[in-house]
Amino acid sequence: MDRRYITQRFFYILLLFTALVVVAFVFGIVIYLIIKGAGALSWEFITQKPSGGMREGGIGPIIVGTLYLVLGTLVFSLPTGILAAIYLNEYAKQNKLTRIVRLSIINMAGVPSVVYGLFGLGFFVLFLDFGRSVLAGSLTLALLILPVVITSTEEALKAVPDTYRHASFALGASKWQTVLKVVMPQAVPGIITGVVLGVGRAAGETAPILFTAAAFFQPNMPNSVFDQVMALPYHLYVLVTQVSNAPEDKQWGTALVLLIIVLMFSITSTMIRTRARLRRKSRHDI
Amino acid sequence: MSERKFNFKKIKDYLISKFVFINGILSIIVLGLILAFLIYNSIRFFSTYPVLDFLTGTRWAPTSEPNRFGIVPLLSGSAIVAFGAILIAVPLGIGSAIYIGELAPRAVREILKPIVEVLATIPSVVIGFVGIMILGPFIRDLFRISTGLTALAGSVMLAFMALPTIVSISEDAINAVPDKYRFASLALGATKWQKTYQTVVPAASSGMFASVMLGLGRVVGETMTVLMVTGNSPRIVFSWLQPVRTITASIASEMGQTVQGGLHFSALFAIGLILFVITFVINLVADRFISRIKDVE
Repeated sequence: MDRRYITQRFFYILLLFTALVVVAFVFGIVIYLIIKGAGALSWEFITQKPSGGMREGGIGPIIVGTLYLVLGTLVFSLPTGILAAIYLNEYAKQNKLTRIVRLSIINMAGVPSVVYGLFGLGFFVLFLDFGRSVLAGSLTLALLILPVVITSTEEALKAVPDTYRHASFALGASKWQTVLKVVMPQAVPGIITGVVLGVGRAAGETAPILFTAAAFFQPNMPNSVFDQVMALPYHLYVLVTQVSNAPEDKQWGTALVLLIIVLMFSITSTMIRTRARLRRKSRHDI
Repeated sequence: MSERKFNFKKIKDYLISKFVFINGILSIIVLGLILAFLIYNSIRFFSTYPVLDFLTGTRWAPTSEPNRFGIVPLLSGSAIVAFGAILIAVPLGIGSAIYIGELAPRAVREILKPIVEVLATIPSVVIGFVGIMILGPFIRDLFRISTGLTALAGSVMLAFMALPTIVSISEDAINAVPDKYRFASLALGATKWQKTYQTVVPAASSGMFASVMLGLGRVVGETMTVLMVTGNSPRIVFSWLQPVRTITASIASEMGQTVQGGLHFSALFAIGLILFVITFVINLVADRFISRIKDVE
């Protein structure tokens, strides 16, 4: 056999091995969490309040707290993110300002989450005096996922053919009418995909809510958006590092629930994307 | 008169376009506000604590008497963890990207890509937890040291957290290489592997470099995982088998104990500013190279 093919075989196997290491890590974590955490999962665990210094009871209010934060993040990031993308794709001219906007979005995506936490503390919690609250935490998380929402919405808008816009203008529609009634409906699946992905990320983040929303122990539901909440990622951190002798099965159970919630968001997002792609394909076939 | 009536639609459209514009430039405003808050609090810090002592100080002891705010231990902690992580992530990430993008059969590729995407969605606090429970004890037993929660544990976990970025962007760069390069190489008698490493990889190299820079940015800014697995000890060390503390971990773990508006409080904003500048520069460099992905030719 040609020596060159022996070299080829060697490198093929080596590169396959690097890919397998990555796969093994992912499966390792997911399967280990399922094995260790499944035992802790029960109806009581996911519905009851934590008690006995968080060593007993469940994580019901903590799941709800995370969902409150997710909902708040959605409320704040959805309209601004979509409008920003509409600006970039439909209104903006190719000029210096637009380039700076794009560069800012890229850099916003690169700002570490703990810096968002610092900003949220300085601006929302102290300067605007929202205090540590669902409101301040949601706003901070909304800023964090804004680049994801903008970028994916813009991709979705870009995929709408220009012929649609021209047809709309030719019928006498204004720019906004065209965007709202012609372009947007076509782009909805793409937008939802990006938003769900971003919100899923928000659900798993700890550093941005550390100083802006998360309560160490607050088993009652918040009465207003100005109340603190417990959140799953911070609760897991607290159980693992701050509560001495926290039962291991509670830790694994909390980690598993968090992973399930985050994965549910990402699977939903993938499903919407795949379905939209199939539908578009079939439409073109006709 | 009829013209005036007509103007209502125009005014409405004008107002809407202004509103859209404000949302459009929100990213500039937010980035500016973040920088403004970091700088404002840093200035308050430096008005009491000398800049030079901050930048060259080798002790980070914010609560001792007298308190010391030297950033060198935190910078070196961040550096040693990030350096180790990149050392692990580059071969794994670039290797996987070449395999997925160039060598793997289509079906295998369609399975591998979502798996890498799942890795990106696992929350950092979960990865930190697994690091404490499994990797920590493993390192402790392997090297027979008193605690496994060291810079090495941080490097290993962060390497995997940087992988989705490195793999997906490197793979994009590989896909952007025009097929005529591949055909030309094969037509000259190259084997598939020679085609890959002599033609495709060089053509995709600037994109690969960009992916590593973005991965580095992620690693340097990662907070919860390093906070949990690196042992939290702000000392200057030269070994991966020692506990360290990074810039991010200091902010996350100490902010809760500070007095609002106090010296320690503003010191954490000052190291936040340093962190912001570092990641900003890394991202700018990455962006420079990423724009080259599209025009390999």
